[in-house]
Amino acid sequence: MSPPDRIRNFSIVAHIDHGKSTLADRILELTHTVSEREMREQLLDSMELERERGITIKAQAVRVTWRGHQLNLIDTPGHVDFTYEVSRALQACEGAVLVVDAAQGIEAQTLANAYLAIESGLAIVPVVNKIDLPQADPQGTAAEVAELLGEDADGVVRISAKTGEGVEAVLDAVVERVPAPGGDPAAPPRALVFDSSYDQYRGVVAFVRMVDGRFSRRQRLRAMAAGTRFEAEELGFFSPDRRPTETLEAGEVGYVVTGLKDVSRLRVGDTLTTHESPAAEPLPGYKDVKPTVFAGLFPTDSDEYPALRDALERLKLNDASLFYEPETSQALGFGFRCGFLGLLHMEIVRERLEREFDLDLLVTAPNVAYRVLTKAGGELEVHNPSDMPREVELVEEPYIRATTIVPKDYVGSVMELNNDRRGRFHHLEYLSEERVLLVFDLPLAEIVYDYYDQLKSRTKGYASFDYDIVGFEPGDLVRVDILLAGDPVDALSLIVHRDGAAARGRLLVERLREEIPRQLFDVPVQAAIGSRIIARETIKARRKDVLAKCYGGDITRKRKLLERQKKGKKRMKQVGSVEVPQEAFLAVLNLDGERK
Amino acid sequence: MSAVRHLYVHVPFCAHRCGYCDFVTLVGRRAGHGAYVDALLVELELERGALADRLETVYLGGGTPTFADPDELERLLTALPRAEEVTVEANPETVTPDLAARLRGAGVTRVSLGAQSFQPALLAVLERRAGPDAVRRAFYHLRDANFDNISLDLLYGIPGQSPADLERDLAEAIALGPEHLSCYELEAKPGTRFTHAHGEELARQAEAMEGYFERVVETLVSAGYRWYETASFSRSARQARHNLAYWHGRDYLGLGIGAVSTVGSLRWRNRPGLGAYQRALAGGERPPREEERLEAGVKRRERLMLGLRLDEPVALADVSGAVDGEALARMERLGLAERRGAALVLTRRGRFLGGGVTAELLAESPAKSTIS
Repeated sequence: MSPPDRIRNFSIVAHIDHGKSTLADRILELTHTVSEREMREQLLDSMELERERGITIKAQAVRVTWRGHQLNLIDTPGHVDFTYEVSRALQACEGAVLVVDAAQGIEAQTLANAYLAIESGLAIVPVVNKIDLPQADPQGTAAEVAELLGEDADGVVRISAKTGEGVEAVLDAVVERVPAPGGDPAAPPRALVFDSSYDQYRGVVAFVRMVDGRFSRRQRLRAMAAGTRFEAEELGFFSPDRRPTETLEAGEVGYVVTGLKDVSRLRVGDTLTTHESPAAEPLPGYKDVKPTVFAGLFPTDSDEYPALRDALERLKLNDASLFYEPETSQALGFGFRCGFLGLLHMEIVRERLEREFDLDLLVTAPNVAYRVLTKAGGELEVHNPSDMPREVELVEEPYIRATTIVPKDYVGSVMELNNDRRGRFHHLEYLSEERVLLVFDLPLAEIVYDYYDQLKSRTKGYASFDYDIVGFEPGDLVRVDILLAGDPVDALSLIVHRDGAAARGRLLVERLREEIPRQLFDVPVQAAIGSRIIARETIKARRKDVLAKCYGGDITRKRKLLERQKKGKKRMKQVGSVEVPQEAFLAVLNLDGERK
Repeated sequence: MSAVRHLYVHVPFCAHRCGYCDFVTLVGRRAGHGAYVDALLVELELERGALADRLETVYLGGGTPTFADPDELERLLTALPRAEEVTVEANPETVTPDLAARLRGAGVTRVSLGAQSFQPALLAVLERRAGPDAVRRAFYHLRDANFDNISLDLLYGIPGQSPADLERDLAEAIALGPEHLSCYELEAKPGTRFTHAHGEELARQAEAMEGYFERVVETLVSAGYRWYETASFSRSARQARHNLAYWHGRDYLGLGIGAVSTVGSLRWRNRPGLGAYQRALAGGERPPREEERLEAGVKRRERLMLGLRLDEPVALADVSGAVDGEALARMERLGLAERRGAALVLTRRGRFLGGGVTAELLAESPAKSTIS
């Protein structure tokens, strides 16, 4: 147990690949928290997927000792989709180490994270990393960072997390510049939940920052926003393994084993207090995070529906921000409509379902949440294009403020892309002679559809991108339905801006004509806005489908042939009277990915 | 169990295996024909108990029955039970005036002649030995021997066959005036030499030749033939009665290697090996065979599948439980099938799509949704 003035709580924030995890590893080594031999690359990123993608999804906290001080290093997720989680993790700290790659300079997420940290009132320790790289520009980068923070470039610590050079100076700077935690040890206990995870045997484990008072083992606790009650079965900290303690004191960071079986009952941002001397007010800033991107997930094999349900339940244990509810599609059968914090979150969930749970999925085109005012004057929020009323008074869609940083030669390309995507120019600023920061307001829906790939290819991968949701605005949006032989294919409905409707409709209709095998009758394939047809193709009927001969010798074989054919039809998805093979849906739903 | 009235005899010998053929055939064993006929006749005696006193039809198929040693063929025919219709399959190059007369003399009433095409180039693709003249010659020899029931086999969809080629083949066939025609689309059967050589070409031309079936039907129907079965056309009363027995779901006995019999709820197929067949029968034993038990439901499903090949309605009572009611309603809406009283029949367009429509109509087994 350390007195509060010997405690420092801090995070490391950085743009992807600027070296956050490597720095964390070096800190663990340098403080002998982990021996070199035990050192696993990027120890803090415990999930396979995270290591592969070079991003951290779940925040964790590790306690280290440095020159007589207790340092709590709180890891933060590194992506825009998890902004709220990042903000809670930062709320648990008094300081942040801002890491910038000396070869890359400031990137979009450097800014986003720096602003978040500044808004949270944190002391910032700016660090320029990778000074060992031949193409590094420590001087220039330090100047950029100093400019951003309004500080002197001399205060920027220059390091190589890879070689370990300068890492001691980072720790010294944390001790010197980051204030000791405030809070009142005598006040009724309050702890901020900045993350949680699920342990198969012990239930939900909450990561907390004790702000006031203290918790003791076996104490009865309460989550103030959710109202959830539980007993603190165990308290402790990570170093890096779980180290149980009898108490958590004001200013400390640690964990609480709750025994809860449902992670959604203890959300990030909630405040824990004790049953016996409850705090009057929760800590500020709790917010119920709402999903922004939605898609239908369907098993390609309908028998796997229960497996998909179980898998989602298990993911949800560790990911309270994942939202799902059963969805029945006439075309795709039973599945789930899922809500995600963003596109990356969606991709991660999808990959985990396919990889860790071995499921084959059909994923519908993602869409955003729309606010709809109906003709009758009612208001509703639409998460699924097929729920969009055909007659509406007004539709509002979410808008984002998008920040893009690019070398100046690509400014034109980004402008053009954003203009194509109904973007509104906000402002432009030179970060240096070479690099430009561009700010646009864009409908979120335009980002959801093939934006990242476009941005990447038009800027040869040099652009960095970040966004915040800024609100809802009305748009001239229409629902486009795809009809097969007159019957709408619910899974293919989409909501698009009126100007782009005909092109999208044509693309889908042409692709379906190519992919759907000829049937026993002509099948018109249409795209329609309400009753108005905007694109049409016809799949011509087969003219001949017979078994040439069938005599006494091959009745059994021919019967089995027809029975197999009938069974094969069962695997097809039935839309009205039309049989659509799974592959056709896959091809059409993958259109976004291919359209480059 | 009622007695069987239809007998099939498999005569596997051929001068040459055509590239597209996947029947049980034996090439170049002329010396062995006598032993095979001996074996057939022993098998006949073993199974005779199942046969009715008076048979309706006997059918000698192959192979090329007429390639067999004429004396042996005659011995076989003479030993087989009499029947109202006795058909022998023949390849044109094997039909001589002598053979025609012998067949007639041995009680054969009908000859099915494997013409396939009248175009030398297409016959060459099929590896057929007879040229167009041989087909015509064989036909006239049969007529001279007083055969008044001759069937011609034609193939369409041969690699390289143009629409004009097809028209010419049909015109040539019609000009001969056969009582019956069987017209098959050439199939690339897996594993055949032909598929190996021409499979890709067949797949490529499939779309271009899609209309050939319609053309065949239209041409033959306007020439006065009745399109009474998917691939069969006849002058008024000259349907292939033996084949009709299959399509009507009657019992039949098959003799010879690879031959299939269906009697009551049992179907069996003799194994295709000649040696084992002859050894067993030489010892007075039944030849090795595979058996299949046919449940009542399976029989009704087959009844549906076979019955829908015909232009006459299938009584719903005969196929109860075998028809997917929902699919039937859908096929009726699409104008592909229709109910006529208590019977079911495919429409003209439905018959062109008979395979697909039948697959739709077949109820899942065991039947979930059925009509009574």
